[in-house]
Amino acid sequence: MSEKKVKRRDFLFTATYAVGAVGAAAVVWPMIDQMNPDASVKALASTEVDISSMNPGKTITVLWRGKPVFIRRRTQEEIAEAKAVKLEDLKHPEKDEDRAKNPEWLVMLGVCTHLGCVPLDQKGDYNGWFCPCHGSHYDTSGRIRKGPAPTNMEIPEYKFVNTNTIKIG
Amino acid sequence: MSDHEYTPKSKFGKWFNDRLPLLTLASHLTDYPTPKNLNYWWTFGGILTFCLITQIVTGLVLAMHYIAHADMAFDSVEHIMRNVNYGWLIRYIHANGASMFFLAVYIHIFRSLFYGSYKSPREIIWIIGIIIYLLMMAAAFLGYVLPWGQMSFWGATVITNLFSAIPLVGEGIVTWLWGGYSVDNPTLTRFFTLHYLIPFLILGLVVLHIWALHVPGNNNPVGIDIKKPSKDTVPFHPYIVIKDGFALLMFMIVFAFFVFYTPNILGHADNYIEANPLVTPAHIVPEWYLLPFYAILRSVPDKLLGVVAMLSAILILAALPWLDTSKIRSAVFRPLYRQFYWILVADVLILGYVGAMPAEGLYLLVARVATAYYFLHFLVVLPILGYKEKTLPVPLSITEPVLGGSPNLALAKNKENFKD
Repeated sequence: MSEKKVKRRDFLFTATYAVGAVGAAAVVWPMIDQMNPDASVKALASTEVDISSMNPGKTITVLWRGKPVFIRRRTQEEIAEAKAVKLEDLKHPEKDEDRAKNPEWLVMLGVCTHLGCVPLDQKGDYNGWFCPCHGSHYDTSGRIRKGPAPTNMEIPEYKFVNTNTIKIG
Repeated sequence: MSDHEYTPKSKFGKWFNDRLPLLTLASHLTDYPTPKNLNYWWTFGGILTFCLITQIVTGLVLAMHYIAHADMAFDSVEHIMRNVNYGWLIRYIHANGASMFFLAVYIHIFRSLFYGSYKSPREIIWIIGIIIYLLMMAAAFLGYVLPWGQMSFWGATVITNLFSAIPLVGEGIVTWLWGGYSVDNPTLTRFFTLHYLIPFLILGLVVLHIWALHVPGNNNPVGIDIKKPSKDTVPFHPYIVIKDGFALLMFMIVFAFFVFYTPNILGHADNYIEANPLVTPAHIVPEWYLLPFYAILRSVPDKLLGVVAMLSAILILAALPWLDTSKIRSAVFRPLYRQFYWILVADVLILGYVGAMPAEGLYLLVARVATAYYFLHFLVVLPILGYKEKTLPVPLSITEPVLGGSPNLALAKNKENFKD
């Protein structure tokens, strides 16, 4: 083969295959990308929530990007319990201060990091959340303590617009 | 492929057959030499074809009334149940038909496991069968999402989230599958499209499955190669057609029992509650036919490894022709394998049972032991058994154990040849 001289025809074949492959990829990509979130889905990126009526110990669930977000006004005991946990006891070590900037308010995605179920409030072995699907236990800071979930429940981007309103997203 | 030359009798038939040999194909299928000792476990191929056709026909009819939209899907299913003429019947046939399909396919698969039908020269038939089985599971899952009840929604959430276990690209794949940041309308419409597509893919693979079967011919309960056609075979029509037809009737009685007497017993009451993204049902379980794999998923405490274990449990079947090192096909002549076979059957049933139970305490322990044994069976027991097992003598022909009777094998063999 190596002794064979490269002919014009070989060049033509190679060039045809190369252009054909690029062309096929250019046609396949739109077919794949059409399944990604469309413009109307992306447009619903942020939600504002009124928290003026919430007392300590109350959780509300709001929908953000089709997913539930837990907003919990934690009691002093819960905050103390979350802060008392040693980092080395955690599967996914995160300080409570980093998860709740304002310790009274915990804002997190109410989605179990195992397979996406919505954990139940005030359940489980750590007084936090418990996922009924496959038995993951979360503490009062939403950190995974026991069960198959690999990470803590996610903290979305949010800020206090004023004392009574949280903007998520 | 045809075992004899075929010439149509009529002039038109001959003219047509010269241009498109459909009549030759029909003749091949009619006369196809089949081992004469096939038992009723061999009738499930025909039953499965019936199941596939039933699902396609009832599915087409349901699609005329169903609306694939997150706001309307649930109501449109109730509309089918209450308003559409015979809608209740068609939907119950379709929903229970899925369960009947899996019941038949499990019997079909375990028949192959018992009689070694996956062994050379039938590996390709077996692998095509495994692909069909995978597609069936995909179709069943996608179809279960369409009524947009609570189990639909959360089942879809859990199963699509399995892909998030893939390192690096997992989250991106899940978002791509959903067409959003959660299971929602874009997910429903694409699931409907794919649910519509898959049965036709299965139909195509069934043609290949049968084509591949007709090359070596059927395995049989004795598991030996037979000459065909010979006095060990009978033509497919009418012998096998009648037997398959009778078995199909029996099967349809069971089918009709579910449809008419307990149409919801195999489903979950939660799916009559419309999908709610804010509330997960207290206890999520898949349909019964997926429970063993669900138990394997949950028995592994790590997310990625759990998903890997579940997929391996299915894919390991494709490697079975090479994992089973024994040259003897039928378990009838494998006294040890026969025992391990029944242990495996029990193991899968136990996995199915614990899959339906909460993943804690004793259930979790049992699930872990059963999962370990499942893999042990395929990866350790089968390869070793082929070398260690002392098998029983295999007859030279199907007829021999009945008519040959001679302790002198050479004589029996000679007699066989003589009778041909």
